[in-house]
Order: sequence, then C-alpha cells, then structure tokens
Amino acid sequence: MTLNPEMNAPVIEAISLRKSYGTHEVLKGLDLSLARGEVVALIGPSGSGKSTFIRCLNMMETPTQGTIRFREKSVSRRFADKGEEIGIGTLRRHVGMVFQHFNLFPHKTVLQNVTEGPIIVCRRTRKEAEELAMDLLSQVGLAEKHSAYPNHLSGGQKQRVAIARALAMEPEVLLLDEVTSALDPELVGEVLSVIRGLADKGMTMAIVTHEMAFAADVATRILFLDQGVIAETGSAEDVILNPKNPRLQGFVARFNG
Amino acid sequence: MNYNWDFHAVLQSWDLFLWGLWITIIYTFGSILFGVVIGFLTCAARLSGLWGVNAIARVYQEMFRCTPLLVQLLWFYYAFPLLIGGSIDNRVAALLTLSLYVGAFYAEIFRGGIVSIDKGQHEAAAAIGMSSWQSMYRIILPQAMKRVLPSFINQSVIQFKNTSLVSVISVADLAYMAAVVNGQTYRPLESYTLMAGLYIAMLLPLTQAADWIERRLKVSD
Ligand SMILES: Nc1ncnc2c1ncn2[C@@H]1O[C@H](COP(=O)(O)OP(=O)(O)OP(=O)(O)O)[C@@H](O)[C@H]1O
Ligand SMILES: [Mg+2]
Repeated sequence: MTLNPEMNAPVIEAISLRKSYGTHEVLKGLDLSLARGEVVALIGPSGSGKSTFIRCLNMMETPTQGTIRFREKSVSRRFADKGEEIGIGTLRRHVGMVFQHFNLFPHKTVLQNVTEGPIIVCRRTRKEAEELAMDLLSQVGLAEKHSAYPNHLSGGQKQRVAIARALAMEPEVLLLDEVTSALDPELVGEVLSVIRGLADKGMTMAIVTHEMAFAADVATRILFLDQGVIAETGSAEDVILNPKNPRLQGFVARFNG
Repeated sequence: MNYNWDFHAVLQSWDLFLWGLWITIIYTFGSILFGVVIGFLTCAARLSGLWGVNAIARVYQEMFRCTPLLVQLLWFYYAFPLLIGGSIDNRVAALLTLSLYVGAFYAEIFRGGIVSIDKGQHEAAAAIGMSSWQSMYRIILPQAMKRVLPSFINQSVIQFKNTSLVSVISVADLAYMAAVVNGQTYRPLESYTLMAGLYIAMLLPLTQAADWIERRLKVSD
C-alpha cells in the first residue's frame, strides 16, 4: 500500500466548538476530526447536544465560538467563499445531511427530490442529474418509485429517498441525525442496511443514533456526549463494552438491560 | 304583490351594462395584478428581518386593513390631492386605492402561507447547498402558494365585489351604470336585479373553483 498523505488528512474538523442558546451553553468546547472513510457514531443522553453538534458541522447551527474546518480550510459565516475561507454554500455542497423527519420536498416527485441539488446547486444538466439519480435510487432499492410523490411512500422509503437526495450531491461527508427514530420498528432495518452499505463503500459519516448495536457494528469510533462535552471516545469495544465514565456505564446499561 | 317585471326598457341599455361590467373587470383584475406585486413586496418586507422595513410594511398593512375601503376611496380622491397640492383623476385614485387595499390583505395571506411551511423544508434545501433565495423560490414559495390559493381566490372574489364602491367617485363601473340606467328608465327593480345577476354570473364560477381547489388540496395533503 502506498502512503497517500491525502488519506489521513482530516476531511472535516470541529475545533473548540461552543454553542449557547441565550445563557444556556449547550456545547462546551468540542473537538472532532474526521478522516476520510471514518464513521463516527455520536451517542449520549437526550439533551446532551448531539443534534446541536452535528448541525454545527454543516453550519445549520452557527457556533457561538470555535471553528469548522473542511479539507483544512476554515468555514466562514457567509454563504460564498472568500479568500482562504470557504463559505457555507460550498461546505454544504460537500457535506450532506439526512434528517430524522426526512424533510422530502412534498411538491416534487422522488426523482425531482434527488435531482434538485445536482441541477440547481451543482448546475449539472437534467439528463446527467437524472441518470445519477436513477442510479442512486436503485442503490437504495427505489428505482421503480421514481415518479411517486413522497406522500405515497412509507417512512422507510422516504428516508431512503432522503439518503439518495443527499448522495446526489456526491458528498465527501454525510451527517445523519437519528435517521431511524421516526420509523416504525419494522422499517428501521431497511434504512440501516443502506447506511451499512455506504460505510462499506468508504463514505465518511457522523451518525447520531440510539441504535447501540448498529453503532457498535458500523462505527470506527464512538463518541459519548454528555452535558455538552465529549465525555468518552474510543472504539466500539472500549466505549460500549468497557465504559469507564460512570455516566456512560449507566447509559450503556440501560440499553443492555 | 303583483309587480309587472319588464326588462324591455332596461335591456335596451345593454351596452351600458356591458361597458360597466367591462370597467368592473378591468378595475378588479388591474388592482389584483398591482395588489399581487404590492403584496409580495410587503410580504418580503415583513419577512426581511430588517426592523425598519418591517415596521413600515406593518404600518401600511394596518392602515389599509383597519379603514373601510369606502373611506380610503374618499380620502384618496378628495383629501390626498390637497396633501400633494394637485388634483387626481378619479380613475387613478380608484385603481390606486383598490390596489393598495387588496395588496395589504394579499401580503398577509402570502406571509401566512410562507411561515406555515415546516422549518424542515428550509433545512433540507439549505442542506443541499441552496442559497436562501433558491430555497425560497424553488422549495418554500411553490408549497406556500399552493396552500394559500383558496384564500387568495376568496380575497379576489371580495375584491371583485368591492370594486362596486368606485362608483362613489364616479368611475363608471357596473354599479354606476345600473344607477344610470335606473335614472333613464325608472326601473330600479330591473336595473339593480340585472346588475346583481351579472355579479353572480361572474363570481359563482370563482367561488366554486375556490371550493374545488380547497377540496383537492385537502386530498393531496
Ligand atoms: N433552537 C434552540 N433554542 C434553545 N435551546 C435549544 C435549541 N436547540 C436545542 N436546544 C437545547 O440544547 C440542548 C441540546 O439539544 P440537542 O437537540 O442538541 O440534544 P440531543 O442530544 O440531540 O437530544 P435528543 O437525543 O433528545 O435529540 C437541549 O437542552 C435543548 O433544549
Ligand atoms: Mg437530537
């Protein structure tokens, strides 16, 4: 294997990230560096700041302090690039996000949902975008639903379309915030297996999840967030099987119990 | 009661009715057109997040929503010229007032539709790198406009009826012409019944369309 310095360079980083809502400090100085192909699972109790953190990574929330860096360039607070800093627009073109409640565009068909980004944001031709979209839709097993409207899909199908929509931007990082929490239990599996497939293909991902077994299975690293700080981090074995932090022990015990 | 209906004399002036109806239609659609533009601008001002711009838009909206249209017409025709030290054509005053009046209501309808769209839609658009303008234009507005279409049509139906008030500043609309024909024929029952019939003939299809659209939107939601 040849040593490629690009391989280990971080794709996305958070440096001393702080976020407050009014006087309530939700994130109290977090650092994270994701290398290409890494899959980080964020776990932690409700209200610990997992969503806030992952939403800072694509600037959906503006950090109160600290920096997001993408491909070793700082991200500014404006939309467009300027000088050495890249803008929020550029960041989001390369960092996809999938939401708990899917947020598909209800006035567009499945195909249009997926082609919207490539056509409008990436300025690709309709033909190119549609070929790409059909390819992605068949990867998530929904090619035959391309002309359906989102309202006619099951939750699991909606979430798979949402994943295809994010992938259509050909992102370098994918952020997923509890993407199976709004699904009926029997539909969780189909979405998790799509994500599993992405991990196998080397997609860099940050995943907020309550599915402990899935986190252990898919993640190269697990972060335990508690009260706005990263309280423990390590491999699945370390964090889930041999937790050191007492609060993490309690948290894991509840899932195993 | 055995009134002898006789439309003969009134119908001899059919051209006046037709002309009046035409004027009514012109003022209605003219003011709807300007009103939509004013409504969008006002709505944008309200949502701009700029304190001063928002305040100006609000003051305008409340002034026009909290005074009767009749009062506004009289003010623009008789009072406004004194303020600017000139005179104003009654047709200009009528179109201006009607447009500003309906624009204030449209602005509120549009605003209501836009803010009713789920925050997740803004986020999903932002997450694929859309600018806020692209997101508004491609994702939010199409959904918002579809949602407010019934209210928009209803407001426009009201506007059609409100246009009859321009007759008080001598714009020769349908109501004005009915009065003229009545004066010539001394047949108030026929003149005014014909006028009412013409309004119904114009507006019934519109109210039916609004109901139909509303039902269809419920199904597709
Ligand atoms: N827009 C907001 N305004 C004010 N407070 C907020 C806002 N968003 C989040 N918070 C607060 O920040 C804290 C962290 O919220 P966050 O949603 O990040 O937690 P979480 O770890 O994702 O929890 P969950 O597992 O329930 O999703 C909570 O106390 C929450 O009330
Ligand atoms: Mg959350």
